[in-house]
Amino acid sequence: MASIKVHGVPMSTATMRVLAALYEKELEFELIPVDMRAGAHKQEPFLSLNPFGQIPALQDGDLTLFESRAITEYIGDEYSEKGEKLMCPGCNKVKALTKVWLNVEGQQFDPIASKIAFERIFKGMFGMTTDPAAVQELEGKLVRVLDIYEARLSKSEFLACDCFTLADLHHLPVIHYLMGTDSKALFESRPKVCEWVKKITARPAWAKVVDLQKQ
Amino acid sequence: MAGIKVFGHAASISTRRVLLTLHEKNLDFELVHVDLKDGEHKTESFLSHNPFGKVPAFEDGDLKLFESRAITQYIAHRYEGQGTNLLQPDSKNLAQYAIMAMGMQVEAHQFDPLASKLAWEHVFKLIYGLTTDQAVVAEEEAKLAKVLDVYEARLKEFKYLAGDTFTLTDLHHIPAVQYLLETPTKKLFTERPHVNKWVAEITKRPASQKILQ
Repeated sequence: MASIKVHGVPMSTATMRVLAALYEKELEFELIPVDMRAGAHKQEPFLSLNPFGQIPALQDGDLTLFESRAITEYIGDEYSEKGEKLMCPGCNKVKALTKVWLNVEGQQFDPIASKIAFERIFKGMFGMTTDPAAVQELEGKLVRVLDIYEARLSKSEFLACDCFTLADLHHLPVIHYLMGTDSKALFESRPKVCEWVKKITARPAWAKVVDLQKQ
Repeated sequence: MAGIKVFGHAASISTRRVLLTLHEKNLDFELVHVDLKDGEHKTESFLSHNPFGKVPAFEDGDLKLFESRAITQYIAHRYEGQGTNLLQPDSKNLAQYAIMAMGMQVEAHQFDPLASKLAWEHVFKLIYGLTTDQAVVAEEEAKLAKVLDVYEARLKEFKYLAGDTFTLTDLHHIPAVQYLLETPTKKLFTERPHVNKWVAEITKRPASQKILQ
């Protein structure tokens, strides 16, 4: 029986972030579905796992965590010897650069990109309509971020350093969704960004996450 | 020796996050003023420090960083041996570290977006000659109240957010909290007894007082 339990759903970008890290680390885990439609995430017993009422939550033995980016960091640290290394090897200075790009994803990329995914994809699932003006405004902001990524990826093979790290992984779920929409043009029109997207989405661990959605 | 430089604005919430950390660690540094009103943060010169055109940017010798929460974490680890310990008491305990990291994500994703919007409406807009939008204030305060209810429950069990000692998780909140205490939003903090006590503790720290000067 797996000692790691993830409470979430394969469709959720934050859940996918955690699943990607678990697959990269080749860890056994149990995915326990949370009935979002019934509002299970806003009630007990889920609130005892995450009082903010958001998926995912993770249990590893008697440790309970929420916030996908804290969970992935824990997985990377606790299981550093297993599977893929998800942090840049090295001293404080190298780790600091990884933290910069982890924060860039969380503070500069995700707030914009996840809103675009919401407009283009998730709204439709909830019977709401995409707001084209909102999409246009958000894409205007995203291109400025992607221009910075283009410059960065001209100097570095991945965002934080020359190896794949959590800083790249954290982008996968939202990029996956956007690449299935017209917004993909923003990524494809920037050669280094395009190459990076191809590389990170081609990883076998990521394919396993996407497979879970099909089940 | 080039030493530590912070490129930012003494009144900026994110710059203050970094200044607090440096003061807690008793580190010498130079604050290089970036004139936000004049758009200096969007000039080529500043963009070479932070391509996203936001304060603060940071140098320690030849290491260049940006994103305030990456900078504070670097300082806390690199200078672990001196000044206030900003990590968990056992910095090698990964479960404890994860709990602190979780709290830092909560600050960044649940607390700060709301607190920053409110600080913008109540404080910074006025500096730029704009007027507070009370509808936005009401909406953001309603969301912040729910977040602070979670904090209240947490702080009933623990003295600080990540456990019984002051860590980066608490520190990251201080600049926004200080601004909000000077506005009507203050009531959201004062009407929750454990949150109120925590706020009093973290804002009375000598480093917290230093950044207000």
